[in-house]
Amino acid sequence: MSDPDFTFTIDGTTIPAKPGQTIMEAADAAGVYIPRLCDHEGLRHQGGCRVCTVKAGGRSVAACTQPAAPKLVVENETDHINKLRRDLVEMLFHEGNHLCPICEASGNCELQAMAYRLDMTGPTKFPYLEPCRAVDASHPDIALDTNRCISCSRCIRASQDVDHKGVFGYVGRGIHRRVAVNGSDLAHTDADITDHAISADVCPVGCIIRKGVGFATPIGEREFDHGLIGSDIEGKRRE
Amino acid sequence: MAEPRLIEISPVTRVEGHGKVTIHLNADNQVDEARLHIVEFRGFERFIRGRLLWEVPVIVQRLCGICPVSHHLAAAKAMDVICGVDALPPTAEKMRRLMHYGQVMQSHVLHFFHLAAPDLLFGFGAPAEKRNIFEVIKENPELGRRAIAMRKFGQDIIEATAGKKIHGTGAIPGGINRNLPIETRDRFLAVIDDMQVWAQDALALARGYTLEHDHLVAEFGSFPSNYMSIVREADGALDLYHGTMRALNSDGGTIFDKLDYTRYHEKLVEDVRSWSYMKFPFIKELGPEAGWYRVGPLARMNTASFIDTPLANAALDDLKAVTAGAPNNSTLANHWARMIEVLHCVEKIRDLLHDPDLQGTDLRATGVRREEGIGVIEAPRGNLIHHYKVDENDMVTYCNLIVSTTHNNEGMNRAVKDVAVKHLSGQERITEGMLNHIEVAIRAYDPCLSCATHALGQMPLQVEIFDAAGTLIDSRQQTSGQG
Repeated sequence: MSDPDFTFTIDGTTIPAKPGQTIMEAADAAGVYIPRLCDHEGLRHQGGCRVCTVKAGGRSVAACTQPAAPKLVVENETDHINKLRRDLVEMLFHEGNHLCPICEASGNCELQAMAYRLDMTGPTKFPYLEPCRAVDASHPDIALDTNRCISCSRCIRASQDVDHKGVFGYVGRGIHRRVAVNGSDLAHTDADITDHAISADVCPVGCIIRKGVGFATPIGEREFDHGLIGSDIEGKRRE
Repeated sequence: MAEPRLIEISPVTRVEGHGKVTIHLNADNQVDEARLHIVEFRGFERFIRGRLLWEVPVIVQRLCGICPVSHHLAAAKAMDVICGVDALPPTAEKMRRLMHYGQVMQSHVLHFFHLAAPDLLFGFGAPAEKRNIFEVIKENPELGRRAIAMRKFGQDIIEATAGKKIHGTGAIPGGINRNLPIETRDRFLAVIDDMQVWAQDALALARGYTLEHDHLVAEFGSFPSNYMSIVREADGALDLYHGTMRALNSDGGTIFDKLDYTRYHEKLVEDVRSWSYMKFPFIKELGPEAGWYRVGPLARMNTASFIDTPLANAALDDLKAVTAGAPNNSTLANHWARMIEVLHCVEKIRDLLHDPDLQGTDLRATGVRREEGIGVIEAPRGNLIHHYKVDENDMVTYCNLIVSTTHNNEGMNRAVKDVAVKHLSGQERITEGMLNHIEVAIRAYDPCLSCATHALGQMPLQVEIFDAAGTLIDSRQQTSGQG
């Protein structure tokens, strides 16, 4: 006999949950948005970016990996937690070259959208590292600009677990860690996007881009032009 | 005998970008040399290399905050060629033209009312605190209101076609990313009659100033030169978006005509001088001394056979009558020419708004990739050339930009020297009002120094005066908003 459903609270709101659900899964179903960058529907949870950090029972945990538990008291949208999240996002900006004004992902970019949601309205307080990595445009259909990579590992998980190709992976350690491909360049991998491969589609920023479609979506019709990131989930609650 | 002096005007104000003027006075207080220096370096031609071709129209428009549409469209035209597209779908070309006419209109209105009008209304030597748009509005509230409303109209057109008033994304290689909804069209049609009347009134103001000050206009920074622009290939009509290149000498004689602009490098070369980041283009066959030329509104009035909108064409005939059809060499006549173009843009916008192609859905064409593309457009300040090479992986390997203000470099330097000699030579005491005369001459070209150096600009001007030994003896630095 399976364990019975239960409830817990996020910021005082009662959230129904099923056994095995993470805090984020239960929150999403209940229409409560917990910010996240590395988590993506259909990919295994990783808890890497820590933007989904919440206080659960007084401990800081990643909501995407932490299982919900009966009567758990979770803090999500507090000033303190959102400041920590904003610091994390600011550090992502300072690590890469996130030049929104000229980036084709602008308006569809989750990092940019998260910065807006977290009220990051100006330059970060951190120094910019300004990486200078060559763009890999050798593949006929996709290009890789790792200056914009936030090391979310979505492409790696999608390539390994969903596409079963292992095209993308990390090289280097610590601050030098970055996404690379299993060949001399993209052209020498099987990063084909003509099948059902999703690794090129899960990138939250403008790192992996489809060739020839940049800026084809008019301003005003892009994903985040009409609402904050997470408003789709929060909309469920209003319904 | 007085000591030799060096006067420095730094920065030059009410222009876009950052520049300075140096004036060398000898021991007799005579002007030996006067130069406009562009002191900022930007390097777009270099750092665009290695970027992807469809990013280019969006990146290079950041050269400028006043006429980004010009760079956006010139780059898009070049990328059309690279993507193998020789003819855009009608909706795409007309949406781009609409964007461009809105852009030229708002830029010209900004220059005439906000930047130049204080000089024209209050006098070149008026107190510095008087020479700004706020005093214009205080003096003539209705004129100020119209200036703001006309510029807004142009910017709204840009927003409707590019998504934003500044730095939008409308043009993409091979086409456009949107059409014009009926309700947006109707919003513009509701005010187009006002725009036409106000454009005609502005034209009358510029024309009246020019004719009432004919002696000043005739001598102030005026000199013969060659003129160059694109014109409509079939009949030589004014065409701000597309055409073939035409260059005339100061008598109206043809230097070249019907030149496919992809061959621009066969006719134009760029000279480099150690004291400026801005190059000096000239017509190759005439050499640097005789081959320099001017571009911009007055150059276009000189090169165009006619204008294909009736009100602007009548205004062109009126302008040409002053010189009996010969090219007009008066620097200050640029303001008159600029207002003719505003009227032309309003007429063109009206025609386009009535064209159902703007509601079409065929927005983008494709073709067979090429390695090289050149896009040329008539920007508000004159001819604009974008030239790119792209490798087989869609990455830019070469970029050459010749912008309007660069074309006018020699002309502006000659205007600076002409005015300096006439107004500063023999003067023991150099006043701020005298120095503003030099800025007025520069302003008449509506220069965009940011574009021309490919500078984060507040467009201030600096004037320096050196003695005969090259020692700086006086410097004037003016901040934005001051004279």
